[in-house]
Amino acid sequence: MTDLTSLTIAEARAKLSAREITAAELTDAYLTAIEAANETINAYVAVTPEKAREMAKASDARIAAGKAGALEGIPLGIKDLFGTEGVHTQACSHILDGFKPRYESTVTQNLWNDGAVMLGKLNMDEFAMGSSNETSYYGPVKNPWRAKGSNLDLVPGGSSGGSAAAVAAHLCAGATATDTGGSIRQPAAFTGTVGIKPTYGRCSRWGIVAFASSLDQAGPIARDVRDAAILLKSMASVDPKDTTSVDLPVPDYEAAIGQSIKGMRIGIPKEYRVDGMPEEIESLWQQGVAWLKEAGAEIVEISLPHTKYALPAYYIVAPAEASSNLARYDGVRYGLRVDGKDIIDMYEKTRAAGFGQEVKRRIMIGTYVLSAGYYDAYYLRAQKVRTLIKRDFELAFQAGVDAILTPATPSSAFGIADEDLAADPVKMYLNDIFTVTVNMAGLPGIAVPGGLDHKGLPLGLQLIGRPFEEETLFKTAYVIEQAAGRFTPAKWW
Amino acid sequence: MSVDLATVKRVARLARIAVSEEEAERMTGELNGILGFVEQLSEVNVDGIEPMTSVTPMEMKKREDIVMDGDKAADIVANAPNSDRDFFLVPKVVE
Repeated sequence: MTDLTSLTIAEARAKLSAREITAAELTDAYLTAIEAANETINAYVAVTPEKAREMAKASDARIAAGKAGALEGIPLGIKDLFGTEGVHTQACSHILDGFKPRYESTVTQNLWNDGAVMLGKLNMDEFAMGSSNETSYYGPVKNPWRAKGSNLDLVPGGSSGGSAAAVAAHLCAGATATDTGGSIRQPAAFTGTVGIKPTYGRCSRWGIVAFASSLDQAGPIARDVRDAAILLKSMASVDPKDTTSVDLPVPDYEAAIGQSIKGMRIGIPKEYRVDGMPEEIESLWQQGVAWLKEAGAEIVEISLPHTKYALPAYYIVAPAEASSNLARYDGVRYGLRVDGKDIIDMYEKTRAAGFGQEVKRRIMIGTYVLSAGYYDAYYLRAQKVRTLIKRDFELAFQAGVDAILTPATPSSAFGIADEDLAADPVKMYLNDIFTVTVNMAGLPGIAVPGGLDHKGLPLGLQLIGRPFEEETLFKTAYVIEQAAGRFTPAKWW
Repeated sequence: MSVDLATVKRVARLARIAVSEEEAERMTGELNGILGFVEQLSEVNVDGIEPMTSVTPMEMKKREDIVMDGDKAADIVANAPNSDRDFFLVPKVVE
């Protein structure tokens, strides 16, 4: 019998419905793989074997009764940012020590309603603030990929580093993730997996620990484009509990896979050719252009003139919203409390002990830019720049562009504890230079593997679409995947 | 614009985060690095541009003003570090 963990979601779904395998067997195979690998990879911060086996058993019963859901018996990993009832939910922060919510997030509830099985909670940067998964209270995640002939540990990207690493190392069939500035697409690119950040408002934010509410969106990380489409169909919904959830029916994304892209217009934004970008990224991009052209798409050069301002505007808007959202961690209602001589002292000591350095840095920036006298100069100006960034995209789409092709990241995965990056927070922020524009404009974006660099590490391409046109992204990404192939790391762990 | 040590300490106070002298000094350098990076926004002409309030043009959904949920005091205090009979306990606030 083949290793069950090597099956994609679509393959496992077919074998489950043909009764060739059971959900219990599939779940056990993953639990065994996690037990063997997690000490090394550190992708999971909490494994829930009993719950997983119970859910798998229920799935087998539903399959036997002919009542299988769309994800019946499929074992998934859940980013620690999603509230899961009675289960570890700490956004990988010390300040949420011991927090077990009494509710379930809408996205995870949707997955369970469709029959999925929960394997556990996945590592991430603390409060989703980071691009390397190194800010987690639970320590860094190791990328299942290593450079050829090297045993240096690499980061899986972030903030959804645990999700990406678990999917790449076959420690789950698929994973939930979230993306505020690139936190789905950058780790997907670093691990040779597929990640989609849907349009803002497509997935409910209810029950997800908030970072920057106007930018946060949930989405899946999966092994291939089809699996990402299957997962997004279940995750997305119209939710009265989230006022920014959009009233649009969820399409059958999988149906878009395999559709022709003949005659589609693909925009190539010249502003994404940045100084110091490695030659390999440029040639990957050109390769992507060639693949889409071969498939019948028309390539057009476009201009998105405010691109370079997206990252600085993001580093005002996101910390500002974070400083407000994270004000709730005060040692009173949940999580860590450090006693003090009075209530203010208790707040200050609790937050000093509970938040890591990167989170403190962002709360401080956010507090500063929102403080009296600075609001107009920073926050208001950044929100105006955001209008201009969105307008750039709108003009391109109005001119007939159906989707935009860019590199996903400016480099392949870098080493854990990289000294250059540790010394300069802004350098780490530059990882999101190609992805952050999409969050600022609320658009959908997908990262799909395009090839390997000279070190043998995966590189990703990004496709950006019109609002709520995720189907266009799935069919175009599938064309790239068909041409580029799929990439799996050689097992060393 | 840049921040000095006194400003960093004042902001930390506003953010309710205790910082040591050493941390405040380190943060001053880091915050100035970030503020220097975002400074480039000042070169953008934003005259007559509306600040973004929502990425998707939509009307805010409103619920009916009726009781839909509640009576969950035990759930609400379940995760509190210190509680007593459905009350959160905090250090003395008023003398």
